[in-house]
Amino acid sequence: MTGKRIMRRTVCFVLLAAIAVVFFVMELVSGSADISVKDVFSALTGSSTDGTAGTIVRSIRLPRAIAAALLGGGLSVSGFLLQSFFNNPIAGPYVLGISSGAKLTVALAMMLTMQNGILLSSAGMVGAAFAGSLLSMGAILLLSGKVKNMAQLIIAGVMIGYICSAVTELAVTFADDANIVNLHNWSMGSFSGIDMENVRVIAVIVIAAVAAAFMLSKPMSAYQLGENYAKNMGVNLRLFRLALILLSSILSACVTAFAGPVSFVGIAVPHLVKNLFGTAKPIVVIPAAFIGGAGFCLVCDLIARMLFAPAEISISTVTAVFGAPVVIAAMLSRREQKGSV
Amino acid sequence: MSDAVLTARALSASYGKKVVVSGLDIEVCSGEILTLIGPNGAGKSTVLKTIASQLPVIEGKVFIGGKDISDMSSHEIAKVLSVCLTDRITAEKMTCEDVVSTGRYPYTGRLGILSAEDRGIVHEAMELTGVSALADRDIRFISDGQRQTVMLARAIAQQPQVLILDEPTSFLDINNKLRLLSILKELARNRGIAVIQTLHELDLAQRFSDRILCIRDGRADMTGTPEEVFSGDNISRLYGMDCGTFVPLFGTAEAPAVQGTPKVFVIGGGGSGIPVYRRLQRQGIPFAAGVIHENDIEFPVAQSLAAVTVTEKAFEPISDESVQKALAIMEKCDEVICCPDSFGTMNGGNRRLLGEAEKTEKLKREQDKEI
Repeated sequence: MTGKRIMRRTVCFVLLAAIAVVFFVMELVSGSADISVKDVFSALTGSSTDGTAGTIVRSIRLPRAIAAALLGGGLSVSGFLLQSFFNNPIAGPYVLGISSGAKLTVALAMMLTMQNGILLSSAGMVGAAFAGSLLSMGAILLLSGKVKNMAQLIIAGVMIGYICSAVTELAVTFADDANIVNLHNWSMGSFSGIDMENVRVIAVIVIAAVAAAFMLSKPMSAYQLGENYAKNMGVNLRLFRLALILLSSILSACVTAFAGPVSFVGIAVPHLVKNLFGTAKPIVVIPAAFIGGAGFCLVCDLIARMLFAPAEISISTVTAVFGAPVVIAAMLSRREQKGSV
Repeated sequence: MSDAVLTARALSASYGKKVVVSGLDIEVCSGEILTLIGPNGAGKSTVLKTIASQLPVIEGKVFIGGKDISDMSSHEIAKVLSVCLTDRITAEKMTCEDVVSTGRYPYTGRLGILSAEDRGIVHEAMELTGVSALADRDIRFISDGQRQTVMLARAIAQQPQVLILDEPTSFLDINNKLRLLSILKELARNRGIAVIQTLHELDLAQRFSDRILCIRDGRADMTGTPEEVFSGDNISRLYGMDCGTFVPLFGTAEAPAVQGTPKVFVIGGGGSGIPVYRRLQRQGIPFAAGVIHENDIEFPVAQSLAAVTVTEKAFEPISDESVQKALAIMEKCDEVICCPDSFGTMNGGNRRLLGEAEKTEKLKREQDKEI
């Protein structure tokens, strides 16, 4: 590796980290209640006992910002894992219907528990979402054995997503009024209403899963050459694939459980990161996608909150506006590449 | 042979549950190139994949360095055996150096970070194969020939004892074919690597292999040195050739002869007639060739392409009998083409043929013919 390349990567990492930090602070500072940077700092360090401002920062804005960062990062890594698995740059938890599967099971679990007057715990939400993710993932895997064409796989994923959404809608139709309000807000995707207890669960799951994914970067780089070469290099394909599926599912399940389905981040961020760093080496892309995804979701969440403040728009609305064009770009660049060979 | 690096005993190669080739015994020594040839679908690639433990060994045994591969971990196998396949590489944004670096996979640590030594080996492999200049190029955007060479460099960086290549020359132009095979030869000779490959180009298999294994109808048809395999009608039989003939001496095939009463008589000899035979065959004109010595370089070509060939025994002057035979055929032809521009003791008979032809309007010197 030449010095120039190391330089480029360092600059890019610093840039991504700077974006994440700046918007993290912006998240804490901006909002309908006017709180200065100084007050935010004193609220965080605990030196101020000023009730309202401290509470707003500590129990509303801070958990939301941390959640947006962690979940955004996790979602991007999840997308990258799926892209590696399917050897397809436009694979992601949202387009493959994995988020929708998670949404369905979480909605069902929520309704069931609410009917019985219990509030679903964080762990319960994640568990339900994970089950749903695996369900969709299983369907996709079954189909991927049959369809060799990558575009067909994506279409199959989108259709699975629609089916899950339809069943979710159906369930919502027969649910109580109170439940619907609750569900509707969540099912559109939003980082609002996340508390510190949620953040703890998110942190444990996302950090552990991303670290595990990072440890897979060596076999992932071998797998990029195709399974035959990976096999020759000594990769245990079955174990490796299972690990990819489980990790990507748990990451997207965690996101869906707490923020609902968030669109396109999983494709857009890895694509941007690969272009920015000029490499697809997992050892670089995984940490970069994590930091980049955190920054991306912080920016999008800020826009979702502030654009029509005090009204909030759903996070997916914003990520779709920024993410979908990138997905189209990713698709076109793949087409171009095919044409040239 | 006791110094065999790779040995297969009573090996069956199967794809899924279907046994494709069975009862194979293979031995490859250090520094030896073994080439598998045979018709399409004979199972050559399946055999390679089985030896490379890409496919499970269902029957028989494969040993590398005396160790049964079914007792070796995939990691251990990776250190002694590497492959070079024709699989399309679709990896995004990988430079050629990145690709070659993956060859160090079995030797690097948990995260796959290359040591200075690893990097040295990668550079050496690229140097050896002449792809150093491509180091920073994207693997998707180089030519097929370059890509194949980069994949070979990758396999070399893995520092194997056994190198397995599936049709390494398939997409390459003639110069790249020769270059790649020369690199293999050098690797085998200088590093003692045992090379096992499949080739469709018989001429190259003949020139670049130490031993050849022919696979046909689910079994080893024959095995031996190129000299043994490329003799008689072995190759025609192996491929069940019913269209054209194979000339073992050159390792190439000739198109099927145009049958019928000869319209043109070609006076040949010393190889001068070969282009004329091929042109007449192409134009669909039945012709006779003569008088050709049985040890003449163009003898097999004339035999393959001419409707009638008048021949003479090796190293004997052309006999009167042969000349008379040739004249009888020439008389019925509309045209005579004379190819050689000199005559000596042995082909004096052909000078007589030319003399007879000059008396008629039929003669065309090869030089006068527009090509």
